[in-house]
Amino acid sequence: MDITFEQVDYTYQANSPFEHKALKDLSFHLPGGSFTAIVGHTGSGKSTLLQHLNGLVRPTSGSVRIGGHTLEPNKKPKQAKELRKQVGIVFQYPEHQLFEETVEKDIAFGPRNFGVPEKEIHKRVEESAEAVGLDLSLLSRSPFELSGGQMRRVAIAGVLAVRPRVLVLDEPTAGLDPRGQREIMDMFHRLHKEQELTTILVTHSMEDALTYADHMLVLDKGEKYMEGPPVEVFQQRQALQKVQLDVPEIFQFLQKVSERFGKTVVYEGEDIDRLAKQLADLAGERE
Amino acid sequence: MYAIEFKNVSFRYEEEQPYVLRNVSFQVKAGEWLAIIGHNGSGKSTIAKLMNGLLFPTEGEILINGIPLSEESIWEIRRQVGMVFQNPDNQFVGTTVRDDVAFGLENRGVPRSEMMNRITSSLEQVRMQEYLLHEPYRLSGGQKQRVAIAGVLAISPSVIILDEATAMLDPLGRKEILDTVHRVQAAQQLGLITITHDLNEVMQAHRVLVMNDGEIWTTTVPRELVKRQSELQQIGLDVPFVTQLAHALESQGISLTEQPIDHEELLDALWTLHLNK
Repeated sequence: MDITFEQVDYTYQANSPFEHKALKDLSFHLPGGSFTAIVGHTGSGKSTLLQHLNGLVRPTSGSVRIGGHTLEPNKKPKQAKELRKQVGIVFQYPEHQLFEETVEKDIAFGPRNFGVPEKEIHKRVEESAEAVGLDLSLLSRSPFELSGGQMRRVAIAGVLAVRPRVLVLDEPTAGLDPRGQREIMDMFHRLHKEQELTTILVTHSMEDALTYADHMLVLDKGEKYMEGPPVEVFQQRQALQKVQLDVPEIFQFLQKVSERFGKTVVYEGEDIDRLAKQLADLAGERE
Repeated sequence: MYAIEFKNVSFRYEEEQPYVLRNVSFQVKAGEWLAIIGHNGSGKSTIAKLMNGLLFPTEGEILINGIPLSEESIWEIRRQVGMVFQNPDNQFVGTTVRDDVAFGLENRGVPRSEMMNRITSSLEQVRMQEYLLHEPYRLSGGQKQRVAIAGVLAISPSVIILDEATAMLDPLGRKEILDTVHRVQAAQQLGLITITHDLNEVMQAHRVLVMNDGEIWTTTVPRELVKRQSELQQIGLDVPFVTQLAHALESQGISLTEQPIDHEELLDALWTLHLNK
């Protein structure tokens, strides 16, 4: 599903002393099937942007189009429910939202609310549990007896069971150990491909933006600051540092290599072995 | 005497239930920085909760500055052990930065004039003195955690524990906190324990304790630890970028004399190779 923001402004508590413009003249287009990372310092407008994606808020001016749905000021979206079915949001620490007696009931909660027939629900629960790597034997257990990583998977399965076309992820790896972080991100990447989803990842991790996203949007004080493929955005370290961000460690290191060796080494998405070879060659060169 | 000493500590929540910690022993000296790492559920946070008496050992003994931790000593020990938790938004009580830092002091009945001095000096230490009358909620994540650290410093503890205190921060916020804590710790010779998943944070510590399934897997220095890349990966951990790159260079036939632990060391090693060609 294509997502288009056109000159979107969003103002909190307009016409009051607490008026605050969270988004300013924001325009961008994300083609269906893309994987976009949204980064920005605290207060840059990431969360407000995210809330527009399934109509939790509407723009103060401008418009947001998500597939066939349009969000405009002062106009209740016609099919808000249909929109929310198509845009699944995995909020920060989604396991805090688990509440049912069993894993199965928790995963079924979303589709049941959207009126999916019971027979179909059962199928979807198993399908989503499998998609997130949960053993089916856990379905009858209480979600609160599971480990933190498993609880998070249950919450994610609940979002997937609604079969969204757009998946919005807000810091999905916060609080997980390194293996858990990689497993969850690899899982989202696989689902993105298999289910041909349009994925939006809000993250502090420049490493994840580089590894998983094909497009990147940098926000600053509610405005679009930079946009493009991650390897290109990350060539501009100074610009990113100006807005309290930085580049992935690999870029930082190569910048130091370039300075020391007096020769520019550009990172173009090589894996670590190819990078090592490049560096070995560089160190082996004669003056 | 150690700032913190664990002697054969085991813990389980209830009888019949499996042990969450088994036979854990370690020491932290004044002025020393110990990083504790381990996969989720390995027992790291249980250790933190035991250190200031939020939990008590099922077996074994914990000494803080030589004082055994018990129901009787707990209030004295909590004055000596300051903790900063993961979520900066969950630990504010005051409506201004000043009130928030004052909270711990008021609880301990510190006289007003003394209180003012301590608030000013602890905010200076974390470089937040200009935010005295700001609302904590409007600060950035890194600033919030610095205020939380100031609140801990105000009660002049001898040990500070950061329980994943940088996990919810962006990279710059993380750096802010680590620089702050490192500076304060060195200046005041505090015992520092950081519980973390951040590998670059681990590399800055003096020593590192690795937990695995409730037991100590190893206690060592960072440079030695990262030599065990594949073993670490097996227990759900990872090694920093520099280590990964150093290993990849070795497979390219480049032998490095010493395991590098930061960018500069790896860069120096490459440069030396280059000069010796």
